Amino acid sequence: MYRYDELDQALVDQRVAEFRDQVRRHLAGELSEDEFRPLRLRNGLYIQRHAPMLRIAIPYGLLSARQLRALAAIARRYDRGYGHFTTRQNLQLNWPALAEVPEILAELAAVQMHAIQTSGNCVRNVTADHLAGIAPDEVDDPRPYCELIRQWATLHPEFTYLPRKFKIAVTGSAEDRAASEVHDIGLQLRRGAQGETGFTVRVGGGLGRAPAIGQVVREWLPLPELFAYLEAILRIYNLYGRRDNIHKARIKVLLKSLGLERFRAEVEAEWQAARSGAPRLTPAEVERVRGYFRPQPYEALEDCDPSAGSEVAFKAWYRYNTRAHRVPGYRAVFVSLKAHGAVPGDMTSAQMEGVAALAERVSFGLIRSTHTQNLLLADVPQRALYEVWRELAALGLAMPNVGTLTDMIACPGLDFCSLANAGTIAVAQQIQRRFDDLDYLYDLGEIEIKMSGCMNACGHHHVGHIGILGVDKHGEEWYQISLGGSANGSTALGEVIGPSVAQHEVAATLERIVETYRDLREDGERFIDTVRRIGLTPFRERAYAAHPAAA
Amino acid sequence: MRHILRRRDIVVDPWRYLGEEVATGDPVIVPLTELRADRERWWSWTGRLGVRLKPADDVRDLAADLRRLDLVAVEFPNPGDGRGYSQARLLRERLRFRGELRAMGNGVRQDQAFLLARCGFDSLETGPGVDLEAVRDALTRYDVAYQPGAPQVELRRQRFFA
Repeated sequence: MYRYDELDQALVDQRVAEFRDQVRRHLAGELSEDEFRPLRLRNGLYIQRHAPMLRIAIPYGLLSARQLRALAAIARRYDRGYGHFTTRQNLQLNWPALAEVPEILAELAAVQMHAIQTSGNCVRNVTADHLAGIAPDEVDDPRPYCELIRQWATLHPEFTYLPRKFKIAVTGSAEDRAASEVHDIGLQLRRGAQGETGFTVRVGGGLGRAPAIGQVVREWLPLPELFAYLEAILRIYNLYGRRDNIHKARIKVLLKSLGLERFRAEVEAEWQAARSGAPRLTPAEVERVRGYFRPQPYEALEDCDPSAGSEVAFKAWYRYNTRAHRVPGYRAVFVSLKAHGAVPGDMTSAQMEGVAALAERVSFGLIRSTHTQNLLLADVPQRALYEVWRELAALGLAMPNVGTLTDMIACPGLDFCSLANAGTIAVAQQIQRRFDDLDYLYDLGEIEIKMSGCMNACGHHHVGHIGILGVDKHGEEWYQISLGGSANGSTALGEVIGPSVAQHEVAATLERIVETYRDLREDGERFIDTVRRIGLTPFRERAYAAHPAAA
Repeated sequence: MRHILRRRDIVVDPWRYLGEEVATGDPVIVPLTELRADRERWWSWTGRLGVRLKPADDVRDLAADLRRLDLVAVEFPNPGDGRGYSQARLLRERLRFRGELRAMGNGVRQDQAFLLARCGFDSLETGPGVDLEAVRDALTRYDVAYQPGAPQVELRRQRFFA
């Protein structure tokens, strides 16, 4: 993984000093809350329902064991002994004290981490495919480019006060596991005719209010032009994006109002005119960063079937929680943060330490966070899988449900977030209870549930096969259900099936929906494919059948 | 008397804004709309001439006029409105403006100073009640950066170059 050089380290150290001074001035009354807010937000610090919330950056989801241990120690010392992994592959602490945040940042800086630009109207943490570098279908490893973009975007002199937040994702595979089409900029790695690296550039995707799928602004962008082109897009957005209405300030609104052709013409003209002033991406610098992401020193092993002859529970875990690896004899292992009865994405300090130790023993000391709120040990020898399963099970992290209905994405919701309209945790647990039978889950197969507590869509509900959106109805928590969304490959936005349902009805309604699928599916057909084939009507009819009075 | 920060010096502002007490021959800063409306008057102004831009003004419209201008003041109505950063880079890098580039308004504070200077501003005029010494000190908060930037800030190390 990338290692800081003296420049990287000096920059985060100086950022800590700057933020320490900003907190001091705020606590001394020199900076009002209004003045402090944009400053703290640019360092990942929200003021939430109960306490501040600190969002720590995990660039493109990659962590060393040492870093995960540091996160565990920080969560234990400054928080309540747990953290929450998010859909941007970051980690959130829900209970830090404001006055202690500078100390937390200093401890993060000591392990080459930070919270820079994890919120606020600036370029956010750059995300990538969690199977980067090991996926069999990959064109190129997206992480070196993510790291370069991270550096370019960090404390950018021109683009730190944008109209609204700005999210970039890079994917290197045909299957878009980074949901790049629902990002402000989605970069898809490609190879040119001579084997050179480049990108297809999509702009204007995003969730939140008025969700949109990114549109191709440039089919082929050669790698050396990456920064120049990003600066052209950001400059057009910074100058012309709306600032009068927070709900219309994302780049997707600008793109829509200009139209794709005019937007593209503006960007291309700006790119040509600004190229000479833009930061250059030299081959030497690209090579320097690529050097940190070389393949691991794998052993020469042969593929085996570690599940042959083993116990049923291990077989289930192997089937659902491990994935193919490019190198023979290895598998990628999901660490499920979706145990039934737990909060999706939450992890205790003890669990973090357990996984850190395991990663050091069996996966080159590296851990990844996924946008589906799980962790991943990317490079596990197949012969170690049984032992890994036992250890993860002992840590409560081997729930064999990855890719199934209960592997759901959920934002923290009303229990923590001051923006939320409705809770997500109680609903997630209600769903876990209702669908606690693994055989039933396996029969349902691959189903993605994504749940957000408000329109801001941190839980990506628009692109869930089943999307759940919490709404406030006269002070009560109700839930709108949508079907047919998807974020990987054939990106689609789900369609709301009908009136929202009361909180206690959510799981029962889902059950009627998936029962409809079970009745109408063709042989081997996935849930999402059945929805696409037969449309919403049969689901809608069944979903409300038992409660025609639902308003 | 208005004080501003010019480079690293806190100085009395020699400039007057149109609407303030202005004597013939004084250095004066006029809004872009006024400059357009009464071009003849301002082009024959005997003193130094500056223009004041609003965030929505397109700086590229100024290309033909920059020779006559000694100063461009870019307004930051609040710290969150970042359009002026792009206006500054366009003035410096695209239009090659070599005169004094001033950031002014309520959005100009110590926590913005470093980035403003990196975009090419060489004078900072804050809103009322801002400690200019703190603004000056903020210019040296960082001695490293990733991106190329204007010579108004000296860096010890930088990653990417134009």
